This record gives sequence, structure tokens and C-alpha cells, in this order.
Amino acid sequence: MVNNAVEVRDLVVERGGKRVLPGISFAIPEGQVTGLLGPSGCGKTTLMRAIVGVQKLRSGTVEVLGEPAGSRPLRDRVGYVTQEASVYDDLSVTENLRFFARVLGVSDDGVQRSIDAVDLGANAAQVVGNLSGGQRSRVSLAVALLDQPEVLVLDEPTVGLDPVLRRDLWAMFHRLADSGVAVLVSSHVMDEAQRCDRLLLMREGRIIADDTPRRILDAAGVAEIEDAFLALVESGAADGPKEGVA
Amino acid sequence: MTPRITFAVAARVLTQIRRDHRTLAMLLLLPCLLMSLLWWMFDELPGNTFDSIGPALLAMFPFIIMFLVTSVTTLRERSSGTLERLLSMPMGKGDFLGGYALAFGVIAAVQSVLAVTLSVTLLGLEVQGPVWLLTVVAVADAVLGTALGLFVSAFAQTEFQAVQFMPLIVIPQILLCGLFVARDALPPVLEAISNVLPLSYATDAMTHLVTSADTAEVWQDLAVVVGFAVAALSLGAATLRRRTA
Repeated sequence: MVNNAVEVRDLVVERGGKRVLPGISFAIPEGQVTGLLGPSGCGKTTLMRAIVGVQKLRSGTVEVLGEPAGSRPLRDRVGYVTQEASVYDDLSVTENLRFFARVLGVSDDGVQRSIDAVDLGANAAQVVGNLSGGQRSRVSLAVALLDQPEVLVLDEPTVGLDPVLRRDLWAMFHRLADSGVAVLVSSHVMDEAQRCDRLLLMREGRIIADDTPRRILDAAGVAEIEDAFLALVESGAADGPKEGVA
Repeated sequence: MTPRITFAVAARVLTQIRRDHRTLAMLLLLPCLLMSLLWWMFDELPGNTFDSIGPALLAMFPFIIMFLVTSVTTLRERSSGTLERLLSMPMGKGDFLGGYALAFGVIAAVQSVLAVTLSVTLLGLEVQGPVWLLTVVAVADAVLGTALGLFVSAFAQTEFQAVQFMPLIVIPQILLCGLFVARDALPPVLEAISNVLPLSYATDAMTHLVTSADTAEVWQDLAVVVGFAVAALSLGAATLRRRTA
């Protein structure tokens, strides 16, 4: 029996007068890597912000590990990596991690473990502002790994990374999932779908498919997730009530 | 508030400033240079104008500089996503603001010790009250600037806007603090306004210290400045939101 780490019910979010999420419901299981796939601007980031509890909601509920999203007991159990690296450019890799570790109450061993996990040992003393885009986002990822969260929410963590590193990161996501962590990874690149245990396909604020990659492919009778996505859109699964969509 | 987290924020802010050599040099040397400039301006004039204006400027520099530095730094923290990340961690708003106030308080203390030492030695500023108290008042002024800077950074979307808050928040206080026209000689309405502006009390405290050995009024003024700083920090805390639209 798989427990759900995240349960979203009838979630409605408006940003700047526009209804970004028009009322969606789904669950994310523990111990699996769930991929949130959809084109740019379909509401992936807003949805992730709602799960982490930094997004104002219009209505609906988001529960993480049985608690309302963003509530105090969750603050050291949920790790969140934004698309932009949220770290200090004028500090070194180690200084960044030491600072966040102190905020979280994590020891210096945890700092070293995190740096090793994202393979930044050789750059540890470098100032983050001098690193490449991919390295900076790995620093941000290392911060999220510091307190060994039970739910890990990653917004496009593999964009622009070297294929070898990308493979290693996905292997790490699966290792984390095997240890019981619920990993939610967003991507606008459909070819990352095959690396996920489970997929949420998203378009215009709606979930158009929620299943394993295999079953999504079989149901559509195609070989590629991109084709399955097209088939779903054309069959009308993506059409819902459009009220409020500008 | 958790002391571990408050000190972590303060230590981080100080490390960032230490990294930025140009900012560090300006923070520490600028007040000294400006005091020297002021002294030089009045050097060949009769009377002791430097003694009457100098104290007000010792109150003003830490206030202005810390206001600017803080409003830009916190805005950067808001826009880079690090503030959002910190607030999604077990960090209290008080830890964040307290950490900043602590770090900038330390810098203000060093800055003021340098400016005060230069003024009372080389520049010959005559101080009747205890000199150490001059530094205490300067630190309180700096914390006030930090607190107001934190507060206004909530209302700016860009660093450009943040800097524009200086003419709005700081310059009226400079005009009305008694430096140009004694506060009791202002039109009644303006005098009433100057009575509710914190910089007036900061300037009064400095002037009392220089002209009299009695420190009772200095402590009163200092209490008012600290009160304003605490109020601004609380308002600043109210502008830090864990959830945003």
C-alpha cells in the first residue's frame, strides 16, 4: 500500500487576476519519483509553490505529510529548489551551505555530504557568482538536501546540465525515493519522462494524465510521451471549463 | 526567535560585506572623509561652527548610510528568492530582521568609533559629555536607519525604487532635525512634525552630549530613537510574508 506524501484537492490559484490553476486534484506517493511535465507557462511552478506553501491559494486544500502545506511542522521536512538558484552569489559554495545548515540546525558533516551529493567538491571554495548556471543550480539543490527532507520538490533541476551529471542526478533522485522520500521533479523536456516512476502531465493549469509512463503510453498506443501528450490534447482530455482563463 | 539562527544571519551578512572590499571601505571611511570635509569648510571662518554642526552630522551619517545599504540589500534578498527560501525553513521573521540589525549594528559601531575618534582628536571637536556615549548614540542611529531601510524595502519592486525612498524618508528628516533652523524656531506645524521624526531626537542627543556634561536628556532622546527603531522593525516583520500571490 503506497502512502501519499502530498494530497491536493480542488486547488484554485489566481495570479494577477488570471486563474492559473482552475481547480485540480491529485496525489503524490511516497518513495517514488514523480515527474511534473508540461510546456512552459502551464502552471508547474505555481503548483510546486502551493505544495511548498509559499503560494497564496484562492480555494482548495494542499496537505503534505498529513499537515496543511507550509505549516510550521513541515518547515524542515520539505525541501524546495526553485528554478532560479536561490543562493548567495557573493558567498562560496561552502559558506552558502554552512549558513543554511546553521539555520536548519544541521551539522558540518551534513554540509560535506550535501556538497558530495551534487558533485561540487572541487568547487567548494569558489564564490557562487563565478560558477556556471548548472553549477549554481546544483548549489541550490545541495541546500535542499541538507536536512534530508521527506518531500523534495525540484523545479526544473536538470536544465542545461551535462548529460553525465543529469544521469547522476536522476540516479540520486531514485536513491532518495528508494529511501522513502517523495520526489517531485518538474520539466518541460518530455524526454525526461522515462526516468520517472510516475507522471503528471500538465497543460493550461490542468492535469491531463496521472499514471506510470508505461500505462500512459499504452493507453495512447504510442511510443513517445510527446506523442501521448498530443494524443491526450487532441482527444479533448485537456479541455475543461475555461472560465477565467484569459 | 532562535539565537542560533539570528547569529547565523548576522555572521552571513558580515561575511558578504567582508567579501565586497569596495563597500567595506566606503562604509568605514566615508563618514571620516565627510567629517574632515566639514571641518575644512569652516576652518578659516571665525567662531566654532564645526562644533555646532559636527554632532548633528555624526548622528546623520550612520543613519543615512545604513538606510541605503539595508534597503538595497534586503530588496536583493527578496528578489533573489533567498528570502522565500529562508521563510520556508524554520526561520522566524525576528531572526531575519534581528540578524540584519545585529550585523549592521556591528558595522555602525566600527564606523562610528572611527568617525568619533577622528572628530574629537585630529578635528578638535569639543565634547562636554562622555565620548563613548557619542558612539552609543551613533549605533542607535544606525540601527534606526537599518530598521527603516528594512521597512521601506517591502514597498520597492526594484533597487532603483528603493534608492528613491531616501529623498522621501530621509531628506525631510534632515531638513527638520534642527540642523538648518533650530526646531523651536520652526513654524508651529513644522515643529510639531519634527517632534514625531526620529532623526530630530538623534540630533538632539548628539547636540546635548557635545554642549553639556549632563546625560539625562541624552538617555531620554536615545530611548525615543530606540523606540522608533523597534517600531520600524516590527512593521518590517509584518511585511515579510511566507505566502505570496
